[in-house]
Amino acid sequence: MAAMIETKKLEYTYPSVEEDGKATVALRGVNLSIEAGSFVVVLGHNGSGKSTLAKTFNAVALPSGGSVYVEGMDTKDETLLLAIRQRVGMVFQNPDNQIVANVVEEDVAFAPENLGVPTEEIRRRVDEALDAVGMGEFVRHAPHLLSGGQKQRIAIAGVIAMEPKCIVLDEATAMLDPIGREEVLSTVHRLNREKGITVVLITHHMNEAEDADRVIVMDDGLVAMDGAPQAVFSHVEELRSMGLTVPDTVALAYELGLDGLNVPLTALGVEECADAVAAALSK
Amino acid sequence: MLKDITLGQYFPGDTPAHRLDPRTKILLVIFYIVALFCAKSVVTYGIMILTLLVCVQISKVKAGALFRGLKPVVFIIIFTAVLNLFFTPGNYLFQWGPLHISDAGVRMAVSMVLRIMLLITGTFLMTYTTSPIRLTDGLESLLNPLKRLHVPVHELAMMMSIALRFIPTLIEETDKIMSAQKARGADFESGNLFRKAKALIPILVPLFISAFRRADELAVAMECRCYHGGEGRTKLHVLKFATRDWVALVCGTAIMVGVIVLRQFGM
Repeated sequence: MAAMIETKKLEYTYPSVEEDGKATVALRGVNLSIEAGSFVVVLGHNGSGKSTLAKTFNAVALPSGGSVYVEGMDTKDETLLLAIRQRVGMVFQNPDNQIVANVVEEDVAFAPENLGVPTEEIRRRVDEALDAVGMGEFVRHAPHLLSGGQKQRIAIAGVIAMEPKCIVLDEATAMLDPIGREEVLSTVHRLNREKGITVVLITHHMNEAEDADRVIVMDDGLVAMDGAPQAVFSHVEELRSMGLTVPDTVALAYELGLDGLNVPLTALGVEECADAVAAALSK
Repeated sequence: MLKDITLGQYFPGDTPAHRLDPRTKILLVIFYIVALFCAKSVVTYGIMILTLLVCVQISKVKAGALFRGLKPVVFIIIFTAVLNLFFTPGNYLFQWGPLHISDAGVRMAVSMVLRIMLLITGTFLMTYTTSPIRLTDGLESLLNPLKRLHVPVHELAMMMSIALRFIPTLIEETDKIMSAQKARGADFESGNLFRKAKALIPILVPLFISAFRRADELAVAMECRCYHGGEGRTKLHVLKFATRDWVALVCGTAIMVGVIVLRQFGM
């Protein structure tokens, strides 16, 4: 498959803000290739560089070393800026701080308006985007009266209205309650399945990685692990040493393993895990 | 307490007044204000009051809501009335020590009070029947010619609509901070005016810091959605003048011209 986003020796250093004048290095040479149409979860504890990595994907942060290519376009090329941002949409943590207008439809229309899309086409895109996130009936609502999960879905609709090929969610579920988180996750999974939109989900909730195609673990500005969720989560010790937890199901299987019951660590779902435990017990 | 702010409040509805183009309404308000300042006789004030009553009738805005809009300016109205009543020279109708009331004073006081009340209700009628977003769209479109003089019209309209968008968010935030401070034993109610003002500092500082952080995040989010100024921007809702707008504008102009002509004849 073709690469949607590719990074080559990507480095990023924040301009020094600390008193000792030492610059904060967030990324130290990241080589990644994210395939079009895939669902990728990026994990890492605070300060691992995962959010910075996301910001380099649509030229919000420009690499201080190396490069980032979006469908082969270099993010450092200013003439390609709008083309890149139109392809890679970004959803942030706080839904309140990314909603621009005080009517839902006006907010979703914001990006196509900026792109100079004709009026009738904007109307079509707004309705489609709202239907895609299951918020069709809220067209004329005031965003501040919606729940967190609903606001975040409006923010996703606002990005989809650009007709992007990739959506990056930068800890977009961190401020939501479990119901809101579930709403957002099922929405992005559906978009990935039905519209073939590439999804990069940045999070520190391990459970959100269960259904991903690929999990990337960031640590100290580098890619520490990269692979299918089952493969990544079976390295329980390594993940713990990086300050990360593993999904509850894997933790259970791991603890049972320490006590002598041999349960495979690859069962991520609750049902799967239950079956694996039952199978191990009946042996 | 914070929920009482009427600034930019909008009552959704579907009356002819709501359907008018926002530009028409802005122009009508300007005409109304001009006429109001030209009015000086019983006849012309009568026309102004009648016009407002007709508009209120059409817009179906409740009288209670209009009077609530007047509440914050009650002090200014009383102050103006008292000043005009006691300090206008003329034939004294009443005298008590240094205080006196003249016939001209009574007339001045009544007309000033009427003028302020009509001015405010007239303007509120516009904001009550127009959604803030349409209002800023209207302003942007009306001020468009100023772009030639390098006035950043689009940016100003954008700022206005974002400010309006964040009013509820910031009010909510203020409430939250106040509760948090109260939970830590802060006291906002007792003490004199000075103490009360001082008690506000622990609310304002976090509010400002968070407002700046919000602004920063919003700017990045806007850039991510390809915002690059007003150039080449299209709109979801395009403003269009309909027949009713022309009718309203002709009526408005007629009333304004009528009042000015009557003034010339000394009425």
